[in-house]
Amino acid sequence: MTALTDDTLPVTPRTIRDEMIVFVVMALLLASVPFTGVYPFFVMQALCFALLACAFNLLIGYGGLLSFGHAMFLGTAGYCSAHALKVWALPPELGILVGVAGAFVLSLITGYISIRRQGIYFSMITLALSQLLYFIYLQAPFTHGEDGIQGIPQGRMFGVFDLTKPTVLYYVVLVGFLAGFLLIFRIINSPFGEVLKAIRENEPRAISLGYRTDQYKFLAFVLSGTLAGFAGALKVFVAQNASLTDVHWSMSGEVVLMTLVGGLGTVFGPVVGAFVIIAMQQYLAGFGQWVTVIQGSIFVICVLTFRRGVIGEIAHYFRRSL
Amino acid sequence: MQALYAQLLVGLINGSFYALLSLGLAVIFGMLNIINFAHGALYMMGAFVAYFLLNLGGINYWWALLFAPIIVGIFGMILERTMLQWLTGLDHLYGLLLTFGIALIVQGVFQNYFGSSGLPYAIPDQLKGGMNLGFMFLPVYRGWVVIFSLVVCIATWFLIEKTRLGAYLRAATENPTLVRAFGVNVPRMITLTYGLGVGLAALAGVLSAPINQVRPLMGADLIIVVFAVVVIGGMGSIMGSIITGFALGVIEGLTKYFYPEASNTVVFVLMVLVLLVKPTGLTGRAA
Repeated sequence: MTALTDDTLPVTPRTIRDEMIVFVVMALLLASVPFTGVYPFFVMQALCFALLACAFNLLIGYGGLLSFGHAMFLGTAGYCSAHALKVWALPPELGILVGVAGAFVLSLITGYISIRRQGIYFSMITLALSQLLYFIYLQAPFTHGEDGIQGIPQGRMFGVFDLTKPTVLYYVVLVGFLAGFLLIFRIINSPFGEVLKAIRENEPRAISLGYRTDQYKFLAFVLSGTLAGFAGALKVFVAQNASLTDVHWSMSGEVVLMTLVGGLGTVFGPVVGAFVIIAMQQYLAGFGQWVTVIQGSIFVICVLTFRRGVIGEIAHYFRRSL
Repeated sequence: MQALYAQLLVGLINGSFYALLSLGLAVIFGMLNIINFAHGALYMMGAFVAYFLLNLGGINYWWALLFAPIIVGIFGMILERTMLQWLTGLDHLYGLLLTFGIALIVQGVFQNYFGSSGLPYAIPDQLKGGMNLGFMFLPVYRGWVVIFSLVVCIATWFLIEKTRLGAYLRAATENPTLVRAFGVNVPRMITLTYGLGVGLAALAGVLSAPINQVRPLMGADLIIVVFAVVVIGGMGSIMGSIITGFALGVIEGLTKYFYPEASNTVVFVLMVLVLLVKPTGLTGRAA
C-alpha cells in the first residue's frame, strides 16, 4: 500500500487555513455562475458529479479503497428519489431523504460484503455488486427497465423554493453540494479521518495500535456511499429522470476518471476533475464513440505520467495540501 | 429434459470461456501483480482478428485458432513493454486503472468502425451439423468448444505446474529478485507471461466467434462476470481457476433452466454468498 502515497499523495502537513480560503473562493465563484451567462444546467450537472467524485475520493484518497461500483449509489438514490417524487408525490426535501436513505441501506449491505477483501479484490467485488444491481434494476418493475423513470416533478422545496425555476434550482443544488463538500472536509480533518489515513499508510501498524481497522473502513464506506447517494438524489432534480446509465459500470469508471484527473486524495481535485470531464463530454458529444477512446487515453496518460492529477500537481508545486 | 441438457451445454460453453479468461487473469496477476481489466477487450480482439483473417485474408478458422492468439498476444506484449512495465512497484490499483483505460480505447475504436451490432462468423465445415447422443442433440461445434477449451486449460496447467519453464515462472512469482540473481531474464518472462494470458483470452474470443457473433462489446460485460468468478475461486491456484470457471458456467446454465430471471445475476449472488461464508474465496489464500 505504500506506493500510492509515496508518489501521489501530499505528505506536507495539512493547512486548513489554505483550504478554507480556496473553499470560499470556490463557493463565491460557483455562486456567481447565474450572473455570468454560463449554461446553469451544465454547472448543476457538474456539481452533482463533483459531489459524487468527492464521496468516492473519501474512500480511495483517504481510505485507500478503490471502489469500482460507486455508480450503484448514484443510481439507487436516483431511483428511490424519483419513485418517491413521482409515485408517492412527496415534496422535494423528503424525496431527497428517501434517496439518501436508499443509498445508506445499500452501502450498509454492500460495505458489509465488500470490506471482507482487501486491495484489488475489493475493487472487483464492488464492480460485481454494482453489476448485480444493474441487472436487478433492469428487471425490476418500479425502475421501468430501459426507459427509466421520466418526467419527474421538481416541486417546491420546503413549500417555498420553486425548483422549476432554473436559478432557484441552481442555488438549491449548490447549497447541497457545498454542504456535502463541507461534511467530507470535516470528516477528513476529524480524528476519524486521521485514523483512516493511518490505515491507508500502514494497516498492520494501525491494527497493532489497537484500531479495529475493519470498522473504520466500513464506516468510511457507508459515509462515502451515502454521500454518493445524496449526489444521486440531487441529480434527479437536474436531469428530471433516473435511468440505467446511472447504475452502469461505465458511470463508475467515469467517477474514477474524474477523481484521477483532479488528483486522488486531494480535497479539491475531484471537483476540478468532475468539471473537466463533464465539460469534455459536452464539447465532444458530436464525436460519438471517440469520447470513450479519449476517456481511455486520459486514463492511460494519467496513470503513466500524471498520477498526482491537476490539483495534486499544483499542491506539490506550492508544497501545500489542497 | 432436452431443454435442460441444452442449457447445461450452454453453461459448459460459458464455463469454458470463464475458465480460459480467469486462468489468464490468474497467470497475469501472479507475475505482474496486475488485474488485467483489458482482458475482455482482448478477448473481443481475438474474435475480430479471426473475422479479419477470414474476410480479408481468406485464412480459415483452424489457422485463426493459431494466429489470432499469437497476433493479439504480440499486441499484449507491446502493451506490457510500452506501458504496464512502468507500473512495477506502484499500488495494484494503478494497473487496474491503466488496463481499464486500455479497454476503453480498444472497445471505443472497434465500436466506431463496427457499431454495436454483431458480425457473423460461420462455423467451419468440419464442425457443422450435430450428432444424436440418444438423450440429446449435440451440435458438433459446441461440443468441440468445450473439449478444446478443456484441453487448453489442462495444457496451461501442465505448462505452469509441471515443466521447467513453469517452475521458473512460479519461482519468479514468489521472489523475482532471487530468480534474477540466478540469471533468469525475469522482465522478458513477465512480458511472455502477459502474452500468454492475453493469448488465452484471444483464443476464447476465436472459439466464441461462431457462437456469439463478433461484437465490439462482447467482452465488456463478460469481464465483470469473470471478475466475480475470480473472487469466488481466488487467484492462488491454476486448477482452482479452471474448476471454478467450468462449475460456475454449469450453475449458470442450470439457473437458466430452472429460474431464467436470475441467470444474469446468479454468479454475482454466489460471489456474495462465498464472501459471507468464506471471505478468502474457495481456494483460500488471503490476498
